[in-house]
Order: sequence, then C-alpha cells, then structure tokens
Amino acid sequence: MLSVLALTSVVLLGIVSQTTAIVVYTSWEKHALVGTDVRLSCSFFSWQWTSPDVTFSWQYRADGAKEGISIFHFAGGAPYQDSKGPFRDRLEFVGNPSRRDGSILIKNVDFGDNGTFTCDAKNPPDIAGHPSSVRLLVFEKVPVQAGVITGAIIGVVLGLLILIVAIYYLMRFLVARRVFSLSMSKHGKKGKGKEGSQQKQASAVMDPAKLKAAASEKKKQESRREKK
Amino acid sequence: MLAILLATLVLHLTDLIILFVSTCANAWRKHGDASYDLWYACKQSNGDYECSVTGDADWLQAVQALMVLATIFSLISFIIFLCQLFTLVKGGRFFFTAVFQVLASLFVMSGAIIYTVMSPAWKNDSETYGYAFVLAWLAFPLTLISGFIYIVLRKKE
Repeated sequence: MLSVLALTSVVLLGIVSQTTAIVVYTSWEKHALVGTDVRLSCSFFSWQWTSPDVTFSWQYRADGAKEGISIFHFAGGAPYQDSKGPFRDRLEFVGNPSRRDGSILIKNVDFGDNGTFTCDAKNPPDIAGHPSSVRLLVFEKVPVQAGVITGAIIGVVLGLLILIVAIYYLMRFLVARRVFSLSMSKHGKKGKGKEGSQQKQASAVMDPAKLKAAASEKKKQESRREKK
Repeated sequence: MLAILLATLVLHLTDLIILFVSTCANAWRKHGDASYDLWYACKQSNGDYECSVTGDADWLQAVQALMVLATIFSLISFIIFLCQLFTLVKGGRFFFTAVFQVLASLFVMSGAIIYTVMSPAWKNDSETYGYAFVLAWLAFPLTLISGFIYIVLRKKE
C-alpha cells in the first residue's frame, strides 16, 4: 500500500515537472539617477534541481531600436561580458548561479542606457520558458513618486473641510454662550416681568437645536394669535 | 412637488454615477488599442493587457486628486441632502447641500481644464480623447445645475 502511494507520487511529480516550464523573474521597472550604479536582478523558479550547466543571458534593446543586442552570458560556470558594445567595462556580474540569482550591475548609467533589458535563464533539462524584461529609466533628478501629490491635495482639502465644520460649530456654541451671558446680565439689572420670557429664552439658547425649535414655536404662537 | 423632488434626486444620482465612472475608468485618452490616464497606461496585445503606471507628471496627480475630491464632495452632498430632507425647517433652503455640490462642480471643472491644457500634444491622428474625459466635462455643468437647483429649492410639507 505504501509503496503504491510512493510510486504514484513519484509519477505525478515527474509529470508535473515536465509540464511546467521555467519561470524567470525580474523587476518591472528600474528608476536610476544619472551617474549612479543600478543592479538588475534576475532569478528563476524551476522544478528541477539547479544544474551545474545553468545559463543566464541578458539582452539589451534601446528605446526606439527594433532589435536587441546580447550584452552578457553566463555558461559553464563562467561569466562572459560584452567587450565591444555600449556596456563594455561597465557591466559586472553580481549574481550567484547556485542560488538561482543572475543579477548584473551596470555602473555609471547615462541617458543612452534607457531601454529594455531581457533576462533569459535556462536550467537543463528545464529549458522551456518565457524570458522576462525590466525597463530602465534614467532621470536627472528623482521625480515625485506617483500618488504623493494626489494624496497631499486630497488630505489638505478634506482636512480644511473638517476644520471649517469644527470652527462653524464652535462659533455657534460660543455665540450661544455669549447671548446667554448677555441676557443673564440684563436680567440681573432690570427685574422680572418681560424678562421672565427672556430668561426662558436664555436657558433655551444653550442648545442651538432648541433655539430653532423656540423660534418656530414663537412663529406658531404669533400665527395663532393673528388667527385669533 | 413629489415630481420635482424625484427629478432632483435622479439628477444628483446621475451626477454621482458619471463622476464615479469618469474617475475610475482608465480611458481619458485613447490611441488605437492603448488607453491612457487617469491611473494607468494600458496596451492591449494578443488579448492580454499590458499596463504600467502613468508617468509621475505633477499635473496628472493634481487631476487625479481633483476628480477624487469632486466625487467625494458629491457623495457628501447627497448624504446631506437626504439628512436635510427630514430635518430642515419648513420653507428652508438646502444651502449645505448646494455648497457641497457647487464645490464638487468646481473641482471637476478644474480637473478637466488642467487635463485639457496640460495633456501632451498628439503625435498622430489616431489619438483621441476617451469617454472618461467626455464624462468629466459633462459632469461639470450637470453638477453646477444641480447645485443651483438646491439653492432655489424650498422645503414644503
């Protein structure tokens, strides 16, 4: 029973490893300042063990060019740099093939290095797969990151909105308190009678909602008196 | 009376939907199969979409912010309208609602103007403005009219 299970799992693994291909990973885009060094990373996933014949090759296609040129190749355990092309003496292999890392370092980038770098990795017998590309963008000064200005504008406007609403309610509260203190002082100087109704009003204005209710009540009372 | 209320509500909802679509759909400029702005630059190749984030242009981020703010303000105005419908004194005007709706229309106008003025010159004839751009310009007069209606509208029993 156990041997049958082991056999089926080995067969399945064999089938799976033959149907899936090698998957190469690079970054999507790389931003760099003029004159700096930029590291283009490339790694892969494969169901096979890392073979000693693993190969990495890098191609470069400039912006606007139709075809790419080969700039780097790693095979048989040794790296081979391009000694005639635009990257001579500027390319360095900083990867670790036994750890499935085929990254390269380009020193002293310039505006002419704008373009697409394609990494293709092969891990025999796993050789079928898509190469992966990374775009290099060289800037004179680092641009503001996408979304910073957007977030700033939205945050400032919403903050102002909340501030204005808070100040509005604060002013209403303060005005109501001032009216309360004014009518209290009037009540202290004169006496009762008419001021009795004012005192009622003064206690009502502590709550602005009740102020509105009092005003509408007064209007209703006046309209009733007019009707009478 | 009820007809006016329903018409106003329908207009406000239409504004809200137009603002949402214009802000979220990524079709302010079209070039054949590729659609650009407001958030991505997408190209269609072999039935697969290849999208990259649009360039970090400052004016584009300002347009993004203004469109989002216009949508938020229109939404707030709608909620305040529903609140004021039940709490307003008889004969009162919907000032709070109108303020937010007019502000939303101003934001949409600013966003559309900035985009129209600052978008780069077209390289060839196959570049056109997309439907999201048209919707943004449509949203501006609709929200303004809706705001003015709220200023004039009075609450009756």
